Amino acid sequence: MISLRKTVLGLVVSAMGLSMGQAALAAEEVNVYSLRQSFLIEPMFKRFTEETGIRVNTLFSQSGLVERIKHEGRNTPADLLLTVDIGRIQDAVDADIAQPIESAVLDANIPDQFRDENKLWVGMTTRARVLYTSLDRVAPDAITTYEDLADPKWKGRICVRSAMHVYNIALIASMIAHHGEEETKTWLIGLKDNLARKPQGADIDQIEAVSQGVCDVAIGNSYYYGKMLDDPNKADAAKQVRIVFPNQGDRGTHVNISGVALMKYAPNKENALKLVEFLSSAEAQHMYADINFEYPVKPGVAWSERVRSWGTFVHDDLPLNTVAANRSAAIRLIDEVGFNE
Amino acid sequence: MVQVATNETEIALNNACQTPQEEDIRPTGITETFDPMGGPTGSPAMHWLPRGQSALWLIGAFIIALMVAAPIIAVAWIALFPTENIWPHLASTMLPRYLKNTGVLMLGVGVGVTLMGVSSAWVVTMCQLPGKRFFEWAMLLPMAVPAYIVAYVYTDLLEYAGPFQGMLRNLFGWQSAADYWFPDIRTKGGAILVLSLTLYPYVYMLARAAFLSQSICALEAARILGRSSWSAFFTVALPLARPAIVVGVVIALMETLNDFGTIDFFAVHTLTAGIFNVWLGMGNAGGAAQIALTMLAVVIALMVIERYSRRRQRFHDTTSRFQELPGYELAPMAKAGALAICILPIVLGFVIPSLVLIYYSIGYFDQSWTADFFEFAGNSLLVSGLATLVAVGCAIFMAYALRLFPRPLLKFFVRLSSVGYAVPGAVLAIGVLIPFARFDNALDAVMRDMFGVSTGLLLSGTVFALVFAYAVRFMAVSYGSIEAALGKVRPSMDDAARTLGESPWGTLKRIHFPMVRGGILAAAVLVFVDGMKELPATLILRPFNFDTLATHVYQFAKDEMIEQAALGALTIVLVGVVPVIMLSRAISKSRPGHGGQS
Repeated sequence: MISLRKTVLGLVVSAMGLSMGQAALAAEEVNVYSLRQSFLIEPMFKRFTEETGIRVNTLFSQSGLVERIKHEGRNTPADLLLTVDIGRIQDAVDADIAQPIESAVLDANIPDQFRDENKLWVGMTTRARVLYTSLDRVAPDAITTYEDLADPKWKGRICVRSAMHVYNIALIASMIAHHGEEETKTWLIGLKDNLARKPQGADIDQIEAVSQGVCDVAIGNSYYYGKMLDDPNKADAAKQVRIVFPNQGDRGTHVNISGVALMKYAPNKENALKLVEFLSSAEAQHMYADINFEYPVKPGVAWSERVRSWGTFVHDDLPLNTVAANRSAAIRLIDEVGFNE
Repeated sequence: MVQVATNETEIALNNACQTPQEEDIRPTGITETFDPMGGPTGSPAMHWLPRGQSALWLIGAFIIALMVAAPIIAVAWIALFPTENIWPHLASTMLPRYLKNTGVLMLGVGVGVTLMGVSSAWVVTMCQLPGKRFFEWAMLLPMAVPAYIVAYVYTDLLEYAGPFQGMLRNLFGWQSAADYWFPDIRTKGGAILVLSLTLYPYVYMLARAAFLSQSICALEAARILGRSSWSAFFTVALPLARPAIVVGVVIALMETLNDFGTIDFFAVHTLTAGIFNVWLGMGNAGGAAQIALTMLAVVIALMVIERYSRRRQRFHDTTSRFQELPGYELAPMAKAGALAICILPIVLGFVIPSLVLIYYSIGYFDQSWTADFFEFAGNSLLVSGLATLVAVGCAIFMAYALRLFPRPLLKFFVRLSSVGYAVPGAVLAIGVLIPFARFDNALDAVMRDMFGVSTGLLLSGTVFALVFAYAVRFMAVSYGSIEAALGKVRPSMDDAARTLGESPWGTLKRIHFPMVRGGILAAAVLVFVDGMKELPATLILRPFNFDTLATHVYQFAKDEMIEQAALGALTIVLVGVVPVIMLSRAISKSRPGHGGQS
C-alpha cells in the first residue's frame, strides 16, 4: 500500500513539475504547430536557434491542429502553422486563424505563385507529383502526361495510394481546374480501371511495387525517391525505376507546397517573422533541398546534387488557391467513382 | 454456492451445493433493487437526494460522469452545428459503403476475438496443461503490441518482396507474381486477422476472471445432472461468464471501430477512414463528428441489444465457498488441440512481431538509441500511469455510486461517459479541447477584467489535459470491467454490511474492494497498456516538445520508416508486458477463496 502511495505521489509531482517547466520558459522563443514531422524540419530550426538565440518549440500532429488553434482563441501559444500541402493551409485561412505576413524579405525571396495574394500564407518548398516507371518494362517516353494514365493500354499496370490523400486530392483538383469536372471524372474512371491493385500504402509503397513487378507505373511525390536512395534497404528498389515529370510538352508538372501561416494571435510575432524569413533564406532553402530532397521556392538557390540529377522540369503554374478551391469537387468525384474501392 | 443464471438453473444448482448456513433467502433470479437508505422516506425530493455521506456519493458521481461526458457532448455539438453541412453528401455517397465495410470488419473481429479469447481462457483456467502457469499470463502478451505495428510487420513478411514469398519462389522456382497465387494481407481479411490477434486478450482477460470467480459447484451440479463436459460449458459456464465476455467483446469491437492505423495501412474503408477523409481531405471537422456520431449509434445499439437480451438475469455469487479448480485431464489429442489454442495466438500476435522488431532494432540501433529515448519512455509512463489512476478511481466511484443509487438520470450519464472509447481518438481530442479551451479563455477574460492579469491557457495543452483525455478515452475499459466485477457481488453483502453499521465508504473499502480486486486490477492493466499505445489524442493535445514513445514511433512509421522506430515500438511492447505479467498474477490470486488473499 505504501509503495502504491509513493507511486501515486511520484506521478503527481512529476506531472506538476512538467507543467511548471512549461510555464517557466519565458525566454526568447517561437512556437510552431506543425503538420509535418518534427524531425524533417528540426535541422533548419537548430540552425535558426544557433544564429538568433531564439528557441523553437514544436508540436507535430497530422490532424486537429487547426481546430486546436481555433479553440485556444486569443490565448493560443501558436505563432506559426506549418503544413505539407496547399489544402491544409487553406483550411487554416478558412478557419480565420491566420494574419497577413508583412515582410519585405519574403516579398523578395518568394515568387508570387507560391504566396497568397492576401499574404495569409507563403510556400517554403515545392514538391512535384511525378510518375515512376519501371526501367525494364516501360520505354522512357511511353507515358508522358497525367492524362495518359487513363489510357487503356495501362490496364492493370498502375499503382497509387488512396485518392483521398491530400497529395492526390490536390492533383485531381488541378485536373478539374484544367479540364472541368466531367472530363476529370471520365479520367478518374479510366485511371481506376487501370489500377493493378486497390489503392493502398503510401508513396514509397508504390515505388516498391513497381520494383517488385506488381505494377509498371506509380504516382508519387518527388522527394520520396531521394529518401529511398538514402536508405540502404530501399535503394535497390529505387534504382529499378525512373522518375518521369509529366506534361512537359504542355502545362507542366503539378506541384504542391509545404507552407507556413502566421497565426492571428501569435504571442511571439517578431520572432515568428524572423523564423519565416530565415526559412526563406538561401541557407535554409538549400538545406530543404539537401536534407529532404524538396525544391526550394527561392529562385537561384542551388539544388542538392541528387535533386539536380533528376533533371529540371516545367511546373504547372496554376495558382494554388485555385487548386485549394477545387478540393471539395475532387473529393466528391473520388467518392462518386468509388476510386478507393 | 451459486452463481445464478436463470431461475431454472438456480434450483438445480442450489440443491447441489447448498449448506444450511449459506442459504440465501433473497429471491435470486431477479434481484430487487437495493435501497441503501432503507426504510420509509419523506417527500420525493428528499428521496432523490439522500442525506449525509450518501449525498456525497450521488453528487460526486454526477460531477464525474458529467465531466467525462463533456467531450462526448462537445463532439455531438460540432456534429449537429457544423460550419459547413456535408451530411447530405456523406449520407448519399460514402456512408453506406463505409457502414458495410465496418459491419463486415466488426463481425469478423467479433467472431475472432470471441473464439480465441474464450477458448484460451477456458482451457487455461480449467484444464491440466503443460506450461499452464506460463500461458496464464502469456496469453495477454499480444495486447502490448500496437495493432498497426503488427499490421506493418506482417505486410513486410508476407508481401511479394518479403522473405516468405521469396522462400516460396526459391523453393518452387517461380519467377514472378504471375506464376502463383498468394493471399494478399492488405485486405479486409488481413485486417480482421491482425485486429483479432491484438484484441483477443481483452476477451481472454475478462473471460478468465469470470471463469476463475465461478464456483465449481455450478459445473459439478450440471455434470451430476447428466450434462457432458461440453454441454456443461455451453449451458452453465458460458452463460455465467457472459456479462464479462460481452464486456471484453464490446471493448474489442470499439477498438476495431476507432482503429485507424491498421485499416489505413490495409486500405479498408471503414467509418473511421471516412472520418479522416472528411476531416483531413475536406477540412471539415463537423462532417467527421457526424460520422463519429453514427459510429456511436452503432455501438450504443449493440450495447442496448445485449443488455436487453439478458434483461431479466442477474449474476451474483451467492456463496463464499469455493473449491480448488478441477484441472480436467485431457486425452492426448485434446491436449494437443488445447495447446494449439494457447500457442498459436501468442506466436502470431506477439513472438513473430517482437522478433521482427528486435531484428530491425539491431540493424538501426545507432540511429534510434539517443538521449531523447528515455525522455519519451518517461513521458509515456507518466501519462499512462496518471491516466490509469484517474480512470480506475473515477470508474470505481461511479460504479459504486450507481450501485447505491440506481437513478435513471445518473445511469444515463454514466453510460454516456463510457462511450468515448468508440470515438476515434482524434475526434475525441477535439471534444476534450473545446471544454478546456472554453474554461481557460473564460477564466482568462474574467481575470483580465477584474485584475488586469492574463492567466492564459491554464489547462489546455498541459499534461493535465492529456491525462484527462486518456481517462475519458479509456473510461469504458475501466468502467466495464469494474462494473462487471461489482455486479457479481450479491447485494445481500451490502445489506449485511450496512445493517451492521458500515458506512457506504466502509462497505466499499472492507467488503467490495477485497472481492472485486481482480476486476480492478484488470481495469488498471487495460487502461495502462492502452495508454502506452495511445496516439491520436496525444498528438493533438500534448504540450510543446513533448513526445511519448507512441508519437515518436508514429513520426517514422508514418513515412514507412518503421525500421528507424523499431526500438521505440519494441519499448512500448516491453513496457506494456511488465505490468501485464505482474497484474495477471494478481488476478490469478484474486479468485475468491483461492489462497493468496493477502
